[in-house]
Amino acid sequence: MAKQVDALYIYLLLVAGVMTALIFLAVLVLAIRYRRRRSHEAQQIEGSLILEITWSIIPLFVMMTFFIWGAVIYFQERTPPADATEVYVVAKQWMWKIEHMEGQREINELHVPTGQNIKLIMTSQDVIHSFFVPAFRLKQDVLPGRYTTLWFKATRPGRYHLFCAEYCGTMHSGMGGDIVVMEPQDYAQWMAGGSSAPLQDTGKVLFSTLGCATCHRFDVQGRGPNLQGIYNKPVLLEDGRTVIADENYVRESIVNPTAKIVSGFKPVMPTFQGIVSDEQLNALVAYVKSLSQPPPGTAGLQSQPVPSGVQPQNMQVQ
Amino acid sequence: MHDSPATTVEHEAHNPALLHHFADAQQQKNAASLGMWLFLVTEIMFFGGMFCAYLVYRLAHFNAFAAGSQQLSIKLGAFNTAVLIVSSVTVVLAVKAAEAGKRKVLVGYLVVTVLLGMTFLVVKGFEYAEKFEKHHVPGPTFGFTDKFDDNGKQISVNPKEAELFFSIYFAMTGMHALHMIIGCGLFSVLAVLAWRGHYTPGYFTPIENAGLYWHLVDIIWIYLFPLLYLISRHS
Amino acid sequence: MATTAIPANQAPKLNYLNNGHSLKSWLLTTDHKRIAILYLISVTVFFFLGGFFAMLIRLELLTPQGDLMQADTYNKVFTMHGMIMVFFFLIPVVPAVLGNFLVPLMIGAKDLAFPRINLLSWYLYVVGGILISHVMLTGGVDTGWTFYTPFSTEYTNTKIVEAGLAVFIAGFSSIFTGLNFIVTIHRMRAPGLTWDRLPLFIWANYATSLVMILGTPVVAITIVLVAVERLFHLGIFDPRLGGDPLLFQHLFWFYSHPAVYIMILPSMGVVNELITCFSRKRIFGYKFIALSSVAIAVFGFLVWAHHMFVAGISLYAAMIFSFLSFSVGVPSAVKVFNWTATLYKGSISYATPMLYAFGFIGLFTMGGLTGLMLATIGIDVHVTDTYFVVAHFHYVMVGGVLMGYLGGLHFWWPKMTGRMYPEAWAKLSALLVFVGFNLTFFPQFILGYVGMPRRYWQYPPEFQTLNVLSTAGASILAAGYLLPMIYFVWSLRYGAIADPNPWAAAGLEWKTTSPPPTFNFDETPVVTWEAYNYDEIPPWERRVPVAR
Repeated sequence: MAKQVDALYIYLLLVAGVMTALIFLAVLVLAIRYRRRRSHEAQQIEGSLILEITWSIIPLFVMMTFFIWGAVIYFQERTPPADATEVYVVAKQWMWKIEHMEGQREINELHVPTGQNIKLIMTSQDVIHSFFVPAFRLKQDVLPGRYTTLWFKATRPGRYHLFCAEYCGTMHSGMGGDIVVMEPQDYAQWMAGGSSAPLQDTGKVLFSTLGCATCHRFDVQGRGPNLQGIYNKPVLLEDGRTVIADENYVRESIVNPTAKIVSGFKPVMPTFQGIVSDEQLNALVAYVKSLSQPPPGTAGLQSQPVPSGVQPQNMQVQ
Repeated sequence: MHDSPATTVEHEAHNPALLHHFADAQQQKNAASLGMWLFLVTEIMFFGGMFCAYLVYRLAHFNAFAAGSQQLSIKLGAFNTAVLIVSSVTVVLAVKAAEAGKRKVLVGYLVVTVLLGMTFLVVKGFEYAEKFEKHHVPGPTFGFTDKFDDNGKQISVNPKEAELFFSIYFAMTGMHALHMIIGCGLFSVLAVLAWRGHYTPGYFTPIENAGLYWHLVDIIWIYLFPLLYLISRHS
Repeated sequence: MATTAIPANQAPKLNYLNNGHSLKSWLLTTDHKRIAILYLISVTVFFFLGGFFAMLIRLELLTPQGDLMQADTYNKVFTMHGMIMVFFFLIPVVPAVLGNFLVPLMIGAKDLAFPRINLLSWYLYVVGGILISHVMLTGGVDTGWTFYTPFSTEYTNTKIVEAGLAVFIAGFSSIFTGLNFIVTIHRMRAPGLTWDRLPLFIWANYATSLVMILGTPVVAITIVLVAVERLFHLGIFDPRLGGDPLLFQHLFWFYSHPAVYIMILPSMGVVNELITCFSRKRIFGYKFIALSSVAIAVFGFLVWAHHMFVAGISLYAAMIFSFLSFSVGVPSAVKVFNWTATLYKGSISYATPMLYAFGFIGLFTMGGLTGLMLATIGIDVHVTDTYFVVAHFHYVMVGGVLMGYLGGLHFWWPKMTGRMYPEAWAKLSALLVFVGFNLTFFPQFILGYVGMPRRYWQYPPEFQTLNVLSTAGASILAAGYLLPMIYFVWSLRYGAIADPNPWAAAGLEWKTTSPPPTFNFDETPVVTWEAYNYDEIPPWERRVPVAR
């Protein structure tokens, strides 16, 4: 992806360079060639419709090539592959907290293996930050109150700068770190050194201790919807809308349950805003997602993609 | 205003209200009119930002907005709407009186307009007081337990979203009220000047332009009333 | 009162400058020319204040560590630099200084439509300026000039409300100026001066005024909402209270993008006047340049979310705004081509104003092309919020707006003051500005692409070389700006006395004395000629002597 961005950049540089050189040269040459001399009068030329049209249409076409190439790259950047490994990121003033699905936690460092699609699911605990990796030519703002995502596939081992790119206060310039890309075997070794429980297991524990299981039962119909198999599927709401149960939906349901009531249920769920931290929210979301996964042994696979006929209401952000 | 001590040039007699940089009274009047219309456009853009915020949040949190809206008094809102519409009529009549040179009638209508405006503000004051008592003023004292009554079905809403409704309610009606106060002040000043005979059939532009301002403030209320008071009152 | 008319050739040299010397006659003036001079003094003060902060920034960035000042101080310094430069220099400068002075003169009017509102505009500017200075002296603001929420509403401890009030008040100064210009241009043109005979500087100010009155109120209400949220803890933009931080960004950029067209359009207007005069030619493509000004003003309102490509907007919204952003590039390109074509078969001289015009064309082209790069989303994702953007907007703001302003200031200086500036020093300054500017900001394009984010107090050591180059350039640039301060002031006392039309230029402003009398024209002109009628105006060397 980085190479593609560079290729586009070189194209833009060339066009810009040529245009600049042309204009500079034209001005220079004309200014000298037509400098004021006793012998020469200025010749009045009103204009030329043909020229105006030509030099409007041609730049417009050139600009359209910029647009299309840029849009194609952007579309790819914003569409994570279905098989991407997920990593949760919580930004706060002034550090990056990373949580791998397997439970590894990192501060200001993100270890990833080469050759694997990685999808970051990010939120902020306080103000707007931005996750910026110049080497990958990627950036995504990280917002409080919801998730934004960024995906990439690293190809070369090494350490790459991670910067915060949205001004966030005193140590905005100190909120950096590294993306550590490793060969798969080295990565597996690093992973094995971790000691925390996998994220979804943490979530499972929370699901029980916070009392979610009392209403969201799996055996009989409880006061809340059964959460098995719901991730990324359409949900019919009480007011007739249909939304897709993505990460943002699950997160919102925990902190603002009355925003979207599932059809056939009463709005009795209390809000957990202020009771769960962002990291705990991530764990719960990971757990709910795991309820839609095939049994273990097929680790890394996601649930089916969204059926195409459905119009999602809350797919503002990927 | 224009002091040119050394060169005094021969000077035709003209309406004392004509300013010297204009070629004639018609140009001055046209300029003043265009200026006032442009100013009104800026006011529309100003309120437009708040209408935009309202739109975004109403779409996102309809139930809470409806619940909040049901806590407002339609009777008082409708009364205020009627008061403002009548005041726009009195403004038009004031302009007509100015055009006809009827000084006392002009002053009368200006005063009535101010009184109607103040009536509006007093009623608004009562409404705000009621919101204060019911703890519907956003901030640390806010509390909201009412439900959205959707044709008999009681739907609970998130108090935070209801607080958002009231934030927008106070911001928009507050800004509107501020403009009303300015309008009342304007018309009071004009009433005094009119009493002193400043306005003649040949020159009553300030009355017209202040009238335009008042009509805009009125129109803004006519949008605010249904948007704030009548959410989902369609049955 | 005496009513004798005084023949012009016996009249004492009475002009707007010496028509009343008391402080009151200046501070209570309604003469648009005096108000322009009042603005000239105030914007220059703020320019140097903003420039002082810029110097602090560049000094800190000489080294990778934050060693000159604390992080919080640095954050306040770049915020104040931005706020002062944007709201108190770039937005008012050309309309309030050159526009105020020239608009009535160029259309043959005695004054603007609303002279007292014009004075009010200046006082609003001054009050806003005093407030922002007070903020600066009592701790400053540290949110960046863009004061994004929720940082600005819930997290910072600095004086946001007061700074917001300062900008709010200055915004009304802008609105009233725009209102004044529109009414003046519509209603007070001299007989015979139809729209297609207007100098393009007037068209430019007209388009700018449209943007001023439509856009500024939106930022005004945004500031009100931020203040309200901050003071009363309402949840308009804070997600913890149910609000949406992106709504702030939309409202903010809805004004702040058109704001940059408020800055550049009048400068483009100046360039028209300079290119035609110093090539002794009519402008190439008059209609197209006039219409492109209006097109830029209109399209400028449709592109705001290109500042938000990575902010969390939907993929489709991003694509639409990218597409629309290119549309603004076309009228700008059309202007550049038309100016270049105007040079063809002209009779070109190289007075300082023309040098600034050349500089404008070159640097605006570069700034504009890098803008197109930013509109290309695939690139923007990488370079947004880095020094690439900083370089881009300084190219168009400083390489564009400021060069246009300086060119105009030099061009109309004799008209405004009755004195000529020293040409050799002026040429030297123009050269210093051009060289210093490029050295300061070109390295920043590279810095941005290799990954240095903006608003960084400290940075990784590998970025140091480019930063040092940039700071070196800034010192040259500073010299280039200080010199005109000195020689312009010098010229007021010692400069050569100026002819009414020292450039043999077209335009009604040159048909009156330098400086003009208070009421501009002894008799209202009647216009029967096209704009830029250089075929009818002999150059300076062959001018027809006029009875003085």
